Amino acid sequence: MNIEQGSLINSNSITFECETGNYHTFCPISCVAWLYQKIEDSFFLVIGTKTCGYFLQNALGVMIFAEPRYAMAELEEADISAHLNDYMELKRLCTLIKKDRNPSVIFWIGTCTTEIIKMDLEGIAPKLENELGVPIIVARANGLDYAFTQGEDTVLAALAQTFGKKSTTSDNGTKSENTPNLVIFGSVPNSVVYELGNELKTYGIEIKGWLPAKRYTEFPILNEKDFVCGVNPYLSRTATTLMRRRKCQLIGSPFPIGPDGTKAWIEKICSVFNKPTPGLNDREEKAWKNLESYLKLLRGKSVFFMGDNLLEISLARFFIKCGMSVYEIGIPYLDKRYQGGELALLEKTCKEMGTFLPVIVEKPDNYNQLNRIKDLHPDLVITGMAHANPLEARGINTKWSVEFTFSQIHGFTNAKNILELISKPLQRQTTFKELGWKNYHTLV
Amino acid sequence: MKLAYWMYAGPAHIGTLRIATSFRKVHAIMHAPLGDDYFNVMRSMLERKRDFTPVTASVVDRHVLARGSQEKVIQNIKRKDKEEQPDLVLLTPTCTSSILQEDLQNFVNRASQDSKADVLLADVNHYRVNELQAADRTLEQVIKFYLEKAEKDNSIFSKKTEKPSVNILGPCNLGFHVHHDIAELKRLFKDLSITINTIIPEGASIDELKKLPQAWFNIVPYREVGLLSAQHLEKNYDMPFISTAPIGIVETANFIRQIQTLLKQLGQNVNFEKYIDLQTRFVSQSAWFSRSIDCQNLAGKTAVVFGDATHTVAITKILSQEMGVRVLVAGTYCKPEEIWFRKEISKYCEDILITDDHNLVGDIIAKLEPSAIFGTQMERHIGKRLNIPCGVISAPVHIQNFPLSYRPFMGYEGSNQIADLIYNSFTLGMEDHLLEIFGGHDTKDISSSTLSNENIWEIEAENELKRIPGFVRGKIKRNVEKFAKINNLNKITLDVMHACKEAGNMQ
Repeated sequence: MNIEQGSLINSNSITFECETGNYHTFCPISCVAWLYQKIEDSFFLVIGTKTCGYFLQNALGVMIFAEPRYAMAELEEADISAHLNDYMELKRLCTLIKKDRNPSVIFWIGTCTTEIIKMDLEGIAPKLENELGVPIIVARANGLDYAFTQGEDTVLAALAQTFGKKSTTSDNGTKSENTPNLVIFGSVPNSVVYELGNELKTYGIEIKGWLPAKRYTEFPILNEKDFVCGVNPYLSRTATTLMRRRKCQLIGSPFPIGPDGTKAWIEKICSVFNKPTPGLNDREEKAWKNLESYLKLLRGKSVFFMGDNLLEISLARFFIKCGMSVYEIGIPYLDKRYQGGELALLEKTCKEMGTFLPVIVEKPDNYNQLNRIKDLHPDLVITGMAHANPLEARGINTKWSVEFTFSQIHGFTNAKNILELISKPLQRQTTFKELGWKNYHTLV
Repeated sequence: MKLAYWMYAGPAHIGTLRIATSFRKVHAIMHAPLGDDYFNVMRSMLERKRDFTPVTASVVDRHVLARGSQEKVIQNIKRKDKEEQPDLVLLTPTCTSSILQEDLQNFVNRASQDSKADVLLADVNHYRVNELQAADRTLEQVIKFYLEKAEKDNSIFSKKTEKPSVNILGPCNLGFHVHHDIAELKRLFKDLSITINTIIPEGASIDELKKLPQAWFNIVPYREVGLLSAQHLEKNYDMPFISTAPIGIVETANFIRQIQTLLKQLGQNVNFEKYIDLQTRFVSQSAWFSRSIDCQNLAGKTAVVFGDATHTVAITKILSQEMGVRVLVAGTYCKPEEIWFRKEISKYCEDILITDDHNLVGDIIAKLEPSAIFGTQMERHIGKRLNIPCGVISAPVHIQNFPLSYRPFMGYEGSNQIADLIYNSFTLGMEDHLLEIFGGHDTKDISSSTLSNENIWEIEAENELKRIPGFVRGKIKRNVEKFAKINNLNKITLDVMHACKEAGNMQ
């Protein structure tokens, strides 16, 4: 690896590697934590074991206290050994949920267990949907196939199959036939929805709707030939579903993360709609100017991504543009087509900034990564929660990758939030240096 | 299927991993899908451990499902054997491996042929036991394995120590104030001139297990984990044990007297009465506190107690015996402890509740409206909703149960802590009267001090403001209003908010 690293620094294209996959990340059912908040009239039912429930409760820290809109359908031994009828059991639970919470939609989140015992959720859902009169969406957010944020992808891909199909030839159907609409996919806070919508409005582009919208009942109508564009880098299945099943046209571009990514995103969408973008460069420049106080601190610093939430490539690209260098981008899964725009911009950015191209390591091996971190001694390691404290004890600055998942990071103004996050560990280090403490791990 | 919003005890593998990672130089391998190794996060974040959690997931993915996982698990065991050089590799079953019905024992047999470390399969059924039962069983299994091994190679320490000595069985990581309790127990045994032979498993190495039989007796501070081991040692090595938790003045005295009886039976002429008396009346403040005029107001107050068996029993006894509080209901989620629980506690409370359904607990609290609750984090939240104060006395653990300062629950210092906790949980004395006069501590809706009332907030903007976390909302509201004033804007719309944010004036 080290020898390779040397040669890589001079290479002109990105190197992709794949390791053992012995790494820690969160289970994809995590997505429930932000999706239930985003879709306000929803109910999420995670169909899994105690292991799943305890994860949501303890590791993810989303303790279920205040009358939540999500719950576990906890599978017990009788369910596993098929002594109980899945249909009857789910009917019992969903009837209760409907009575108590009356949601507009129920999401069934399948887990590893439902996958292994081959529970026919997709078969049961339509029957129950009819009986209960509540739409049921089935997403297989299991750890056998997916990592962490990809849970959102499974949910949105499931939604993508059916949402907004009711469009009839009446009302605004005629209008949409002539000019394809733009639908954006990816779950982001409402203020980000507003902000990105505003940016595009400046150039005369109206976003028809978002997947997901803040209420299930407000999901946009989607027609064939409509344009769709993603804001999150982990939504490759959703993109594929929208293209293949709904015959939509995907706008592939870098993601609107950082001023550079946001500009590229707007530019790409505008180019598709044949709209000029006067003043966009100034807009980006102004955004960078607002970041100057952070850039002073960050320039010349090095970063190592252990890989957790699939935001890694977009963040790395933004950091390099900020004048930092990135040794390694660990990432659970990389769809080179869906992330194509982002990869190209990464390459371009490295050239522009005169810095070496990072290695991208898919399915990393945490043990090997820790050895590399020890050798490279980066200024900052972006890592999952399991490794942060031990790395800090060894004098290495860390930032939790999940914080990027739970912060507002999209668009021009939110770039500040990202830099605020990574500046914190670098800033506080300066005072520790003066105090002379560095190692909290061994008695030296 | 069970509709579950929250659970008191975790799944079995968490218990197994708590035992494995409490020992030094033991590595656990989980046969599980991606993300199921979140125990690493819990240990690293809650305990703030400086070392990497010695748990590796041998990841089950589609390929493994198709091909079978045999080689992968074995390879991972061998790999960790080389990389970490542990004394023991513990293969931990998970819900996934249980359903796959994989012959994990076969993997263990094969891997152990090429490993320096011992390799063991934790013998727990993931669907039949919970976290605490699994921890209890795993500890027994590990102890049994190493005692048998030591007997075989004659390295066992079967001769008793010269001076009285004790093994502390069961304390492990991610427990409720466990580290502080261990420190308090050490202090107590030092005062009693009893040597601590071993503390198993927290911080112990596998090598220490062969020394277990040389101690005079065993104690199990928390009956949920350690009881099986103590019973095994009693049966096979003739070692007596005490399973009373020394929590509260009365029970601590009871605990010490049991030790006294035990040592006397073993031919030691000890008398701890003077020590108990001195500690109770003068060193510890809690006995005097219960007598003091301050505590008079507690008489007749009501409480509901809910938690694990050990802590619920202990706190109920303290409330009832030491503080004169009426315990309306005492309950536990540790169903296997039901018989013991009822026996211990029926005299000290009016009703007993055995359930792991937090809704039921919540309903009962709502119906009874006690003056205070002593429970888990769940009851604390129930209390918040009902506006009833709650002191947290039991796991499931929360980051707040890992305070940096010394907060034991056991021993004489523990009884001080508990007395403080109880006292601070009730509204008492003069405070009671003042509350009656003025109708509450403070008004519910603190209107954030605004610059003026000139600004009109549009509903959309106001809704956006409501989304902002409470602790900064006031500040943001003021800043947006300031921004609006500077820019001569009367109406605050979403646009104004975003313009303010963009100008970097929001916070």
